[in-house]
Amino acid sequence: MKKVLSLLLVLALTLSCLTGCGSSGGDEAETTAAAGAETAAAEEEDAGAEGEGVMPAIAKEDIKVGVIHLSDPAEGSGYTYTHDQGIIGMQENLGLSDDQIVRKNSVDDTNVSEIDTAIRECIEEGCNIIFATSWGYMDTCEALAEEYPDVIFSHGTGYKCNGVNFNNYFGRIYQARYLSGIAAGLKTETNKIGYVAAMGQDNSEVTGGCDAFAMGVYSVNPEAEVYVKVTNSWFDPEGEKQAADALLAEGCDVIGQHCDTPNPQLAAEEQGVWGVGYNSDMSKDAPDAVLTSVVWDWSVYYTKAVESVINGTWTGENYYEGLAEGLVDIAPLADFCAEGTEEKINEAKEKMLSGEWDVFSGLIETNEGEIVCEEGQTLDDATITGGINWYYKNVVVK
Amino acid sequence: MSQNHYNDREPVIRVVKRAELPDRQITLLRLLALILALAAGGLFILCVGYNPFVIYGTILSGALRSPMAIQATVKIIIPLLITSLGVTLAFKMRFWNIGAEGQIIMGAVFASYFALFHANWNHWVLILVMAAAGMIGGGLWGLLPAWFKANYGTNETLFTLMLNYKALHIVSWLQDGPWRDPGSQGFAKIARFDKNASLDKVLGVHFGWIIALILIVIVYVYLRYTKQGYEISVVGESQETARYAGMNVKKVLLRTMLLSGAVCGLCGMIQATGSDITLTTGVTGGVGFTAIIVAWLSQLNPVTILIVSVLFGILEKGSSVIQSSFGLSTDCADVLQGIILFFVLGCEFFIRYRLVARKKKDGGKERNKGGER
Repeated sequence: MKKVLSLLLVLALTLSCLTGCGSSGGDEAETTAAAGAETAAAEEEDAGAEGEGVMPAIAKEDIKVGVIHLSDPAEGSGYTYTHDQGIIGMQENLGLSDDQIVRKNSVDDTNVSEIDTAIRECIEEGCNIIFATSWGYMDTCEALAEEYPDVIFSHGTGYKCNGVNFNNYFGRIYQARYLSGIAAGLKTETNKIGYVAAMGQDNSEVTGGCDAFAMGVYSVNPEAEVYVKVTNSWFDPEGEKQAADALLAEGCDVIGQHCDTPNPQLAAEEQGVWGVGYNSDMSKDAPDAVLTSVVWDWSVYYTKAVESVINGTWTGENYYEGLAEGLVDIAPLADFCAEGTEEKINEAKEKMLSGEWDVFSGLIETNEGEIVCEEGQTLDDATITGGINWYYKNVVVK
Repeated sequence: MSQNHYNDREPVIRVVKRAELPDRQITLLRLLALILALAAGGLFILCVGYNPFVIYGTILSGALRSPMAIQATVKIIIPLLITSLGVTLAFKMRFWNIGAEGQIIMGAVFASYFALFHANWNHWVLILVMAAAGMIGGGLWGLLPAWFKANYGTNETLFTLMLNYKALHIVSWLQDGPWRDPGSQGFAKIARFDKNASLDKVLGVHFGWIIALILIVIVYVYLRYTKQGYEISVVGESQETARYAGMNVKKVLLRTMLLSGAVCGLCGMIQATGSDITLTTGVTGGVGFTAIIVAWLSQLNPVTILIVSVLFGILEKGSSVIQSSFGLSTDCADVLQGIILFFVLGCEFFIRYRLVARKKKDGGKERNKGGER
């Protein structure tokens, strides 16, 4: 068993050497080359197996992808829809057929037995890589990864990983939020901007995103304040609308959001003011209100992940990328954005893309007057993903 | 005046209670209902644009096609079966225990305490303690409404129903507060239990299935052959009769609800430590309500409960497979389940009652034939 494993590791290593990190291309020629190299490479067992390729390569026609969705992609706008668009994009990029994708929809992420059944069904149907898109699936994935070492489990938005067949993936959505904050800061007339947040201050993902948005606002309009209202739910159509209505009543004239439904945008449209959508381009839901939307293109990750399994370069490492890779972005600006918005956004985008500057770099002061990042410093990724429990100085909690 | 009115205009159709039908006829009626249910469901599938035979075939094969599929189906059956047995004890006494959800949750909560904080105990001691804790938790949650009913005549349907939400909020509070996983980075969840605190697997499924099978025998014997079981039936038929016969109705009430809750609580312990290996707000998966249907469909007979639970399990597991195999929305699967249930439950109505159309003058003869035997 051990021998077979090390052989496979070496094979994977050889393949990865040939294909290079993440690059794609004529796999057929490489497969034959690798087959030839296999015997030679097998002699030097385990040689430097760390790094690339910890799982055996799987031929493209043998790939079967399982997807566990929180709701139904047919919802058409929010979290699940966006993930499913990513899966469809991956399928097109790699030329997989429809029966190579197994979807399990509406899997309640608080019901562990249901999650377990859904994932096992994917395994039973022959899936060799399973994307579990919701946070609540994490612990089940971790346990099943141990039970099924031949199956790859990739879990969205969590923080656990075993370095072999279980990783997690997420992205620097805060970069896109910063850019959208610029559009909001330039548009506001009342200098009050609302933000409907799914979770409160102790959730680093939501709070960091809100801070990035507020920093974008501050960069172009230091006078404006960002009013945050928390719904305490990832998906609460009614609560999200109520929160937006309350913010509008406070006089906010741009509504940003970190929640699932387009309801905050619809509320803004009803009042004749503006907003910034999230997940997918919400201008399809509220065309007269949405300045831009903070969007995910999950196909970037899904393509890379499945491709790496085909190439045998799957590393089992966590994935955390952003604007540069195209995983996150903002949707095209509406023509009613304030003048000069595009220039300002492009300027900030350039700095992020060139790597000269990122959102959580330089002097950052919280709304309680504390300095959390000094001039010349940059917060590390661990802090960004798990340690932002403060609000930026122009944020007011409502 | 109303008397006259009634005589003049008899309703077009009225409902008449049947005398008991012979067993063979009942079986035939049920079979007919099942066929009609499948036909109506098939019509629905056809309308959605699929071949009903293929869909039905996939439901069956999806639930039974491989050892893995069967294991998953059995995992769905276990909580349904145990909870149905639990509520049956109460229903036999005509006590409307709608609170199985809450009793399951409290059983899971009590058991989880030991799984979280005493995971280092000897495995079998821990399992036994957790089972006992689960039964106590569920039992107490069932005893509460029974005590109020016995002493103050409160309505047990509302009382048990409302306790479900109390139990649910207790779990929310625990996972958001005192029992929150320290490594969860601010998210509200309870950590996965230690392996030592989870039920062992027998033939690929946690051994809750063995407990369930044993419980069938116990409940069957208890209800049919013990004095306490007899008391339950008598209290269920008529409390006055029970009192006249010298039974302590209050004691029977409290004892039976304690047992009913304890069985549901044991189910909670089995779900938390066998299937979920953690405690979440979704621990019941809704079986507390489905079990009520299963219990009544089975006429409160423990052996029939086994059969009906198996059928429900197959339907649920199979539906999940048709969703992914055909892209049929989960809502469609729910509609299908609803249609089938509608016919099967409707059939029970026709076993007990019959509809009588408004008659012409010679109605009397007709009635003699159908009604009184």
